Amino acid sequence: MNTALSFSMQKNHLTIILAGDFIRYEDERVLHPLWAQVRGKSPKTITFDSQKLQNWDSSLVVLIYRLMQYAAKHAVQIDTTGLPIGLQRLLTLAFSVDRKPTVSKIPHLDFLSRIGQTVLVIIDSIQKGLRFIKAVLKSIGRAIAGTAVMRNIDFWFALDDCGPKAIGIVSLISFMVGLILAFVGAIQLKTFGAQIYVASLVAIGMTRIMGAIMAGIIMAGRTGASYAATIGTMQVNEELDALKTMGIPATDFLVLPRIMALVLIMPLLTMWADFMGMIGGGAVGVFMLDIAPQEYWNYSIKAFDLTNFLVGVFHGFVFGAVIALCGCYYGIHCGRNADSVGIATTKAVVSAIVWMIVMTGIITWICEAIGI
Amino acid sequence: MTQDISIRAQNVTVGYDHFVLLDDISFTVNTHDIFIIMGASGGGKSSLLRVLTGLMPPLSGSIFIDGVDFTAADALSKEQIMQKCGVLYQSGALFSSMTLAENIALPLQQYTDYSEKMIADLVSLKLALVGLKGFEDFYPSEISGGMKKRAGLARALALDPQIVYFDEPSAGLDPISSKLLDDLIIDINQCLGTTIVVVTHELHSIFDIGTNSIFLDADTKGISGRGNPKDLLKNPPNAAVYNFLTRGGQTHAQNGK
Repeated sequence: MNTALSFSMQKNHLTIILAGDFIRYEDERVLHPLWAQVRGKSPKTITFDSQKLQNWDSSLVVLIYRLMQYAAKHAVQIDTTGLPIGLQRLLTLAFSVDRKPTVSKIPHLDFLSRIGQTVLVIIDSIQKGLRFIKAVLKSIGRAIAGTAVMRNIDFWFALDDCGPKAIGIVSLISFMVGLILAFVGAIQLKTFGAQIYVASLVAIGMTRIMGAIMAGIIMAGRTGASYAATIGTMQVNEELDALKTMGIPATDFLVLPRIMALVLIMPLLTMWADFMGMIGGGAVGVFMLDIAPQEYWNYSIKAFDLTNFLVGVFHGFVFGAVIALCGCYYGIHCGRNADSVGIATTKAVVSAIVWMIVMTGIITWICEAIGI
Repeated sequence: MTQDISIRAQNVTVGYDHFVLLDDISFTVNTHDIFIIMGASGGGKSSLLRVLTGLMPPLSGSIFIDGVDFTAADALSKEQIMQKCGVLYQSGALFSSMTLAENIALPLQQYTDYSEKMIADLVSLKLALVGLKGFEDFYPSEISGGMKKRAGLARALALDPQIVYFDEPSAGLDPISSKLLDDLIIDINQCLGTTIVVVTHELHSIFDIGTNSIFLDADTKGISGRGNPKDLLKNPPNAAVYNFLTRGGQTHAQNGK
């Protein structure tokens, strides 16, 4: 049977007649005149005739729900006794007062209030960051004193995760960076027959900063993100709350093994990245620029400077601390839903890279000031 | 309001790889039933629900929904069948990046041709039905656990399903919120004629809302009791059902039986 909605207006009384199936009903050709009648003629009472009504769904309930809301606002009497019992009960349920919530949404802030709140958030973030660093330093102090609540297995697990398991990707990327560095250098140096200095360029570039930067970026994306996601999920699962209630500092139990592992492993990864970058540069020198392997090696060794190398390794050490701190900080300050874990992970990687660049600037400035 | 639609499980075996949880069970959920799947923890209740909702295949056997073999159906047919079903997960499973209104609007936008205004009105209606009128713009993180469940129910009801599955609806709720949800389940069943399948081990809920039930026995890996829970309490078919429904004989002792 087809859907049919009709209505008749007699004096101040509107009767709505429903017939057939009202499944996913939204016929504006009928509903528009109905609403025009309701709003234009302002009936005093509305009744329903549903004797021929067969199947119905929420679309019909919405129509009557809207009418009832209108009736409540405009002092129109609405009689639903002509509707099926189930529909009547559903409407009663929708209008039941006792289930209405009393909590109200936080009001929308105006422009100035939002600026004020942003400033407060920034101040709060700085305070939280400083408090976190202080807590980590205290944990390190406890670790030195041998009183930190840290499981050795967690340290070894973190070390395995950020060391041997990261070697592959660090090797590949560093090799490629050495290769690119040599390529770019070769294009320029070849023009005046000085392609042999590609070896020097790669050796200095990789050992001084590029090895550390590349290892740092890889580890920020790989391990820093992993720290934030792991600890963030623990926050969602209330595992951090459990640690707190047991009186175990999260910085001891979760942050310390990760920071120790990354600070220990990053200088080693930097050295490895330096080596792989030089191998990559060598591949270009030997196979594309026809430099003899022995000659390339000699020039590399000649360009290799222990100070540069140690500055690069120091960068690695600092980057390790930065990546671990950012990953753990955002993990611990993660919200309590799935979305927050994603946000924490993104923030951890972005802030780790930003802080790595900032620290590079500071170290370079210090090196410049002391003449190394 | 709804058409007749029933569920029939035929010789279903549920498990993971070689680990069998339920072996060769058969049961029927009749139209408009509030059907309780009960049993002790680890008995396979939630796994059976995953099989019924198509989240995992049975090791063997078939599930018939509205006469169609759901387990053997192709992806399109499964999608069509699942549009007739709603599921309320234990935590509500609301999408945290969406407001309650957006959560409920999602299936309506996906599967219907309703106008935006109609969808907004339907969302308001569904939220009003579960007692969350005015919470349209709230995010899941801003509401309580009980409210999340009710919002999850509103989303499950968005497409006017003929079957609604509930996974441990009372878990983590205080007695008043739990009672409120039970009342809501009865209201939905009676007002909309929806067939309801509830996985639970909460005795209050079982007796308050259940019109039919099965008891899953972890020891026999089968069904060791079936029927109206109140009838099962009066005439328990075996010690396992008796112990479960009386909390190890406590209720009988308290009642002086």
